[in-house]
Amino acid sequence: MLIELRLAPFDALAEVKNYQALPANPGKIGAGCIFVGTMRDFNEGEEVRSMTLEHYPGMTEKHLEEICEQAENQWAVHDILLLHRTGDIEVGEDIVLVATWSAHRGDAIDATRFIIEDLKHRAPFWKKEAVKSGERWVDRNTAGYASS
Amino acid sequence: MLIKVKFFARIREEMGRAEDQVEFRAGLTVSDVWQTTSGGKPMPDSLLVAVNMEHVKGDPELKEGDEVAFFPPVTGG
Repeated sequence: MLIELRLAPFDALAEVKNYQALPANPGKIGAGCIFVGTMRDFNEGEEVRSMTLEHYPGMTEKHLEEICEQAENQWAVHDILLLHRTGDIEVGEDIVLVATWSAHRGDAIDATRFIIEDLKHRAPFWKKEAVKSGERWVDRNTAGYASS
Repeated sequence: MLIKVKFFARIREEMGRAEDQVEFRAGLTVSDVWQTTSGGKPMPDSLLVAVNMEHVKGDPELKEGDEVAFFPPVTGG
């Protein structure tokens, strides 16, 4: 398992490829599920130019570790890779990567969904967006659908 | 002995500081710490609280040396 906060930009799919090259359980993995969250150039009807991600040093890392431990306890997951940006982020850059590996698809898919939803609702990160009129804090995350 | 207090994001900006300290006394609760550090402002309905880096609900009593953090709803990912 690898959990990291990254100040510098990362390429999520390249990170997955590099991590998969070091299989923790060769031959045991039959399914992998990858979620990548990327910075949009719009939010709440306004163009967003860039963003800053604040976190709570110590608690954020601790919370991410707890989420992944819960996922491992609940599903038969062989491995987890979780990366999250902090600091200044530009449009198009990857913000978060959650990848899980398991013997069967259900465990990986459900564990990945669980990790990203808990992260979105409980992990201490806060987004501040730069828009045309200045800067604004994002008040809350959406439910995750275009209609929400 | 002191209680260490931290503020994040919008709450940090509204408080005008990232950290503070409150003198510990027996029976001190999270809302007492908020009252002292905010100058008596009402707690926002959406305010989240962590004690020793764990989310807490309600108004728990604190122990000597605890770290209390106040922050708005989280928006990571």
